[in-house]
Amino acid sequence: MTPILLIEQVLNGLQSGITLFLMAAGLTLIFGVMGLINLAHGSLYMIGAFAAAAVAGWTGSFVLALGAALAAAAAAGMIIEMVVIRRLYDRDHLDQVLATFALILIFSEGTRWLFGSFPLYLDVPAALSGPVTLPGGILYPSYRLLIIVIGLLIAVGLFQLIARTRIGIQIRAGESDREMIAALGVDISRLYTIVFALGAALAGLAGALVGAIQSVQVGMGEPVLILAFVVIVIGGIGSIKGALVGALLVGLTDTLGGVLLPLLFGLFMDPSSATTIGSALASMSIYILMALVLLFRPTGLYGRA
Amino acid sequence: MRRETILNTLLYLAMPVAAGLAFVMGETFLITLITRAAIFALAAVGLNLALGLGGLVSLGHAAFFGIGGYAMGILAHHAQTYTPIMDTWFVLEGTKSMPVIWLVAIASSALAALAIGALSLRTSGVYFIMITLAFGQMFYYFAISWPAYGGEDGLSIYVRNDFPGLNTLDPMQFFALVFAILSGVLWWMGRLARAPFGLALSAARQNAERVETVGLGPFRLRLVAFVISGAVTGLAGALFADLNRFVSPTMFSWQMSGEFIVFIVLGGVGRLFGPVAGAMLFVLLEHLLSPVSDFWLIYVGTILLLVVLFARGGLIGSLAGREVAHD
Amino acid sequence: MKMKSLVAAACMALTGTAALADGHGGKLKVGMITTLSGGGAGLGIDVRDGFMLAAKGNEMLEVVIEDDQQKPDIAVQLADKMIQSENVDVLTGIIWSNLAMAVIPSATAQGKFYLSPNAGPSALAGKGCSPLYFNISWQNDAFYEAGGLWANENDIEKVFLMAPNYPAGIDGMTGFKRTFTGEVVNEVYTSLGQTDYAAEIAQIRASDADTVYFFLPGGMGISFMKQWAGSGVDKNVMGPAFSFDQGILGAIGDAALGVKNTSHWSKDLDVPGNAEFVQAFQDEYGRLPSLYAAQGYDTALLLMSAMGKADVNDADAFQAALKEADFQSVRGKFSFADNQHPIQDIYMREVVKEGDVVTNKIIGVAATDHSDVYGVDCSM
Repeated sequence: MTPILLIEQVLNGLQSGITLFLMAAGLTLIFGVMGLINLAHGSLYMIGAFAAAAVAGWTGSFVLALGAALAAAAAAGMIIEMVVIRRLYDRDHLDQVLATFALILIFSEGTRWLFGSFPLYLDVPAALSGPVTLPGGILYPSYRLLIIVIGLLIAVGLFQLIARTRIGIQIRAGESDREMIAALGVDISRLYTIVFALGAALAGLAGALVGAIQSVQVGMGEPVLILAFVVIVIGGIGSIKGALVGALLVGLTDTLGGVLLPLLFGLFMDPSSATTIGSALASMSIYILMALVLLFRPTGLYGRA
Repeated sequence: MRRETILNTLLYLAMPVAAGLAFVMGETFLITLITRAAIFALAAVGLNLALGLGGLVSLGHAAFFGIGGYAMGILAHHAQTYTPIMDTWFVLEGTKSMPVIWLVAIASSALAALAIGALSLRTSGVYFIMITLAFGQMFYYFAISWPAYGGEDGLSIYVRNDFPGLNTLDPMQFFALVFAILSGVLWWMGRLARAPFGLALSAARQNAERVETVGLGPFRLRLVAFVISGAVTGLAGALFADLNRFVSPTMFSWQMSGEFIVFIVLGGVGRLFGPVAGAMLFVLLEHLLSPVSDFWLIYVGTILLLVVLFARGGLIGSLAGREVAHD
Repeated sequence: MKMKSLVAAACMALTGTAALADGHGGKLKVGMITTLSGGGAGLGIDVRDGFMLAAKGNEMLEVVIEDDQQKPDIAVQLADKMIQSENVDVLTGIIWSNLAMAVIPSATAQGKFYLSPNAGPSALAGKGCSPLYFNISWQNDAFYEAGGLWANENDIEKVFLMAPNYPAGIDGMTGFKRTFTGEVVNEVYTSLGQTDYAAEIAQIRASDADTVYFFLPGGMGISFMKQWAGSGVDKNVMGPAFSFDQGILGAIGDAALGVKNTSHWSKDLDVPGNAEFVQAFQDEYGRLPSLYAAQGYDTALLLMSAMGKADVNDADAFQAALKEADFQSVRGKFSFADNQHPIQDIYMREVVKEGDVVTNKIIGVAATDHSDVYGVDCSM
């Protein structure tokens, strides 16, 4: 493998990690502040992608489509928070798992009912459709580069939001002591709705960004949801920093594992069984990574005990 | 008698009575459907030990269900093709005998539960949920990409395996066999819950520190519960594979794990017969709703949501009332 | 609305079972198990709609339709129900190979005819063939073998192969290699359900292949093609029709233009009855038919042709009648080999734009009178 190819694969790993971060950040925020495990987070990702595809279809504008994805996912998040999720904060995790599992069924089939069973069309804007040449002669798709940039900007924005703003202070306070901030006169139910909508919007944005280079279809959210779970388990639940580090680790492991493991096995095996065994192991690599992290740090890299 | 006891008796009798009626009416398919419900109930009874009594919300029990299924698939596949499973160091043949298959299914899923449990139980709460989910996915991807036993295509077993003295292909006899196993496991679970082990496990759920100060290690209690729980679900997996005469990676899918939890919650958490009631209700809903609309899962989702939000305690809880203590 | 009335018809069929339990009086009851919900529903819906279009107005044909949710255990359960309670004569409808393997061997073992409108696992074409099993679509390898043959004829020398790491993917690539005489520079097996192909595209770019040949069904293919278009890599792209069918092209858009794909059917195929089929399908359902719709349509035509000749209760006569394949396929000539799998021409299509619609156009014949290699193992 040439160094250029390796660098390109590292970029690919970064890009997939960044999109995972957008999902994981919302999940981990929602868990950190409200103590809620939300399986329906993948549905919000799907809603973002479908809203973007629909709006891009009507208007032809990708920017409007991204806006629509943010708005639709945030709105959906707000609605389910007020109608369903709100009733779950005092419940145990079991009820939360069940209720949000039910929401997945409702959202998935509801989307299929609205948009039909075939995947929708959503493409990257024409200006970003080609590759750019990076230093060293690496050809890299400009849209993927954009995703990396957007993701990093959002990461910076989130850290700033939590460190500097009033809402951020309330969020941090909520994470450490829920009763206390209510006692201090913060409108706790408004705070919860805002945090949930924020997490939902991030998921919707991720869905729209990724939907343009992948397939916009029912059920697209669940595989990403499970990866995002792995990310926050590795990073430590409730920690935005952990979500970022975990997402990058998972993205890189997944991408590089898929490329390098078959090569590695090829050194001492015949090519076809090296490919099969390498690919089989690669599909498990992130779970092995997770198990290793847990062996040494049961609460994840940045989790609190 | 307490209302819950009466209800449990009714629930327990519902399956054989319904199967008997179906038999008399010649509706063989209904017997198959009831058998399916009984097997799902068994899988969920297994999970209920960890979840209801131990408070361990495992979203990865499909792993054990699948391992049980593949134990059956692999053994029967080798027996059916007359190829040994292994002949490097010593010769290991496949088998079509159900008791042997069950033992292998129980042993291998218990072993997997030991490994997964030892890692996952280092954590708790929401970490535990996510980690078990992730381990389940790991098995799922492995089963799909491992070509030796059919990969995603799964394995077809042309004839159901043998049980001494029974014609297992006869739906009624196979149902009787499954029901006998379910009854045995229910009886054992009932005893286990009242035995010192069950009481300690339950106490560990409510207050782990207190159990620790009495000198019982909650980790070991939970690990034992998790292993037994996985083994029972594995046995259900072997039976499920035999019911369908087919195994595939979908047995490992996380939706399967989700459905087991659904059975428990629909029926009533921590109740001995909760999973039985839940599995029966679910199979009934699936059977009645799927012809109504292509989007029938919306109804299932809505019902589930309403049960979680408003009918806490599930079916048994609503019917028997909450006068009974949770354990 | 359309869907509702079909379902209603299916329900009525359900409740009407008792009266028809024995002695159909010339009527024939079909049990269709197909995927109508979940991510793979598009294919099942097309098979069903194609079948029902052909069966429309035939009062001798009673169809019970059930949704398998793309889950093998549900499919087995539905097959048991149709065989044990509803007494169907013929089963059909299954889309996926893994579900087919779960249902077909036991259905034929219980004495029911099975007509496959999609999916042709090799086990059922070879050692596991059955007099009661007919495949009206293709043996799984067919499109790939035809792809290899076409590549030989069209100066394609170095190929990069890619498929998901599961049996259909590996079988497909094996099928291509069976006929392709040039060099395979690399083979990559991705995980099933993978949606990001940046790593593979980088490998392809770095290789000296002139052509990428891939099989990635459903959403995987959509993702790959969109990402391929954005990568700027300039190589030929080929594959089987499954990744470039009408239902999928709409979601890929212009990114698919120029891709070559093998298929036994295309909407512009100039054979008697095809234009009428395409028109009637559009009138009825308001969308272009896919190859799955064509397969469903042909399945119903085949079944009705046999019904005219023999009584389904006389299994030998009915089998003989089916085997004649005495119907006008929308694929043109169509006959059965000894293992009751198709002998048919396979065409090369290219993705083009007609007005605003991205669709396929036939550019040549890839294989003439193609049949599968597994038939030799079938002792029938």
